[in-house]
Amino acid sequence: MARSTSRDAEALFHSLRSAYVATPSSLKIIDLYVGFAVFTAVIQVVYMAVVGSFPFNSFLSGVLSCVGTAVLAVCLRIQVNKENKEFKDLPPERAFADFVLCNLVLHLVIMNFLG
Amino acid sequence: MAAAAETSSDRTLRSAFGSVLSFFILLLIGVLAFSIRLFSVIKYESVIHEFDPYFNYRVTQFLTKNGIYDFWNWFDDRTWYPLGRVIGGTVYPGLTLTAGTLWRILNSLNIPLSVETVCVFTAPIFSAFASWAAYLLTKEVKGAGAGLTAAVLLAMVPSYISRSVAGSYDNEAVAIFALIITFYLYIKTLNTGSLFYATLNAIAYFYMVCSWGGYTFIINLIPMHVLLCIVTGRYSSRLYIAYAPLVVLGTLLASLVPVVGFNAVLTSEHFASFLVFIIIHVVALVYYIKGILSAKMFKVAVTLVVSIGLVVCCAVIAVLIALVASSPTMGWSGRSLSLLDPTYASKYIPIIASVSEHQPPTWPSYFMDINVLAFLVPAGIIACFLPLSDASSFAVLYIVTSVYFSGVMVRLMLVFAPAACIMSGIALSQAFDVFTRSIKFQLPGISGKSDFDGGDTSSSSVVAENDAAKPDKSEETLKERPSRKNKKKEKEQVEKASVEKTSTKSKKEKRLLVLPLEASVIALLLLVFLGSFYVVHCVWAAAEAYSAPSIVLTSHSHDGLHVFDDFREAYAWLRHNTEVDDKVASWWDYGYQTTAMANRTVIVDNNTWNNTHIATVGTAMSSPEKAAWEIFNSLDVKYVLVVFGGLVGYPSDDINKFLWMVRIGGGVFPHIKEPDYLRDGQYRIDSQATPTMLNCLMYKLSYYRFVDVDGKGFDRVRRTEIGKKYIKLTHFEEVFTTHHWMVRIYKLKPPRNRIRGKTKKSKTKTSATSSSRKSVARKKNPWH
Repeated sequence: MARSTSRDAEALFHSLRSAYVATPSSLKIIDLYVGFAVFTAVIQVVYMAVVGSFPFNSFLSGVLSCVGTAVLAVCLRIQVNKENKEFKDLPPERAFADFVLCNLVLHLVIMNFLG
Repeated sequence: MAAAAETSSDRTLRSAFGSVLSFFILLLIGVLAFSIRLFSVIKYESVIHEFDPYFNYRVTQFLTKNGIYDFWNWFDDRTWYPLGRVIGGTVYPGLTLTAGTLWRILNSLNIPLSVETVCVFTAPIFSAFASWAAYLLTKEVKGAGAGLTAAVLLAMVPSYISRSVAGSYDNEAVAIFALIITFYLYIKTLNTGSLFYATLNAIAYFYMVCSWGGYTFIINLIPMHVLLCIVTGRYSSRLYIAYAPLVVLGTLLASLVPVVGFNAVLTSEHFASFLVFIIIHVVALVYYIKGILSAKMFKVAVTLVVSIGLVVCCAVIAVLIALVASSPTMGWSGRSLSLLDPTYASKYIPIIASVSEHQPPTWPSYFMDINVLAFLVPAGIIACFLPLSDASSFAVLYIVTSVYFSGVMVRLMLVFAPAACIMSGIALSQAFDVFTRSIKFQLPGISGKSDFDGGDTSSSSVVAENDAAKPDKSEETLKERPSRKNKKKEKEQVEKASVEKTSTKSKKEKRLLVLPLEASVIALLLLVFLGSFYVVHCVWAAAEAYSAPSIVLTSHSHDGLHVFDDFREAYAWLRHNTEVDDKVASWWDYGYQTTAMANRTVIVDNNTWNNTHIATVGTAMSSPEKAAWEIFNSLDVKYVLVVFGGLVGYPSDDINKFLWMVRIGGGVFPHIKEPDYLRDGQYRIDSQATPTMLNCLMYKLSYYRFVDVDGKGFDRVRRTEIGKKYIKLTHFEEVFTTHHWMVRIYKLKPPRNRIRGKTKKSKTKTSATSSSRKSVARKKNPWH
């Protein structure tokens, strides 16, 4: 039982990797960006758990900045993905402009909230 | 080829014509929405209405005078004496900032309007905006025709008029607009999947958070819709784009508003959105992996993930539950709890239950407030299911939840009204669509052109409705009686229509529905009648029922019109005849008005943030004279103001509110017991009343010298003769009573000269009678 599960898992990882290799490199960059943002958020949460959440607005703006960046990047990734049929008629330039605008708003708010 | 080009150009011309037409219709709708709310200005005068608007007006005045930074830091020492109140951090600033900005813009354009005028007209302006927003929202759900109909309906729905007549300068005036525009932008984002609209959506949500505490409705409704979409298998990446940025940006923006602050992440009202935020990420990941894996591999992945994921989920949920349960009210605020459990407020928080707009509504009030829409809504819901899209499922969810909330609190009828308008707009427009289409198909001359889009038809029908409305308005309202009967029939017609529509649509897409010519003509006429009854009712409601400003009252009697302007008389008296720093005690209802109109310090006001303080005033009002004097004196009160309607029959006076004072006072100071004021469970003020009742301060202040008026002391509100006719006041003296006796102002007599021994004696006595620790503790100061 255990062996078959581990074999399955192996096969799964293999096919996942092979499927992922095929994605275009621009999307991979976005994925890296998302991963980095999430990683930063996790670090901050761990720090908060260890040290305490005293300047709560700073903690909140730090974490939400990372989460927000990640979410927006995921949105961008969805929109520029060629395989996604829903956004066929949305040019990637437009998607990127929206992304920048949204980020601008996000970080203006965060700077305001940072305290 | 040429023919095809001709038809296409014909079509573009037609659509251009349609959009110009709908633009003008929208303009007219805006004018209608604005002007139907001016009855109060025309019939009375341009004044601020009721209670809360006076506070908002005062804040706006402060804002325009001192600027935004002073406004954020404003500590108001005129209320809640001796505590004071931090205004900047405890108000929803949206309305004030809106009106302040409006005033500033007008002034910079050299249009010198007073702040009061701007405040009076803010609500009508924003109701015009709200009907445009309703057009946009309904257009996203069901097309332009339904949008126009919904906008017309919303422009004059009585429920909304009741909160947005000129002068009713309250948060709801701008909040309904913000609510609808937020929903519109959410639906728009959902339909287009554009981040641009998602940003706008977050900003609209921010405006809503600024404006009204009802924003929690949005932040719970949208996650519910997302969850619904996920559960019913309608997840799409557009849903992700519509929701995920909204949660992050919305939470951050909401925490910028001082009154919300960290509540945006710490209270349970917002947890649903975070939970759904996590769920949508999991779902998005699952869909993504499903996309890149083969079916067999996906199955393997699912079994793996489920076995691991379950363990993790259980742990997380356990932690969450422990966190939430550690706070006594589960992290919910009292108002939200009383929404979820309608009996909660009456059990635990009398101060929420005591406000009449927090009571559940009665059935007639539905008919009064949304009129024929109540019958059209079911048809609209049916129309939304054909076919069900993401947008129309949102509309259905919106109306279902808002029906529930309106059933709990009469105030939330206001949230329900836009939903009802949208649904009825959809129903009416679909019905018109079907009827006009079948007429057109059967009329010989134009049958060739029968395949035009629905937008045009219903927009023209809207015009017809408008036109039909105007002659009807001029006709006398006597017509209403027979119309009631017809209404039932029409409702059946409408429902039949929609049902018929149902059947046809499901039959075949292409084949046109053909109803018999006569039947559809009659049905159309009936629908137009229905619309005109609605218009007649709305105009009546706007003119008669909802335009009274409640600070100026009128009554019609056989010898003409009487105007009772007692409130302003009393406040003007206070303003001109008392010292600037004098403190005035009254029940909290009149606090805002006293600070705004009389510019005197009050003990409690309509912002009921400190229950103990209100209970102290309630206790004073329900105590005997001497004990009451002690309490008031300890609070440094100079004047006591009571509202009395017994002479003119004004029902919402202090005697009718008195039981709430007893309840709220008794909730904190247990020596005040409600049964002491009731004779066999009945509240009465005649000779059968209990001695506690007859000796309490409120009774004495209300009925002092009342017997002099007619010799009997007949109370026209309670319709009895009062129980104790000849009242002698020992610790208070009457200083002012208004023309119709509606407001009576008493002054606390100063403590008698001399008399160390005597005060000592009275002190020991009062401490025996009133166990209020506060009064005893504070009492020492004035004399020693």
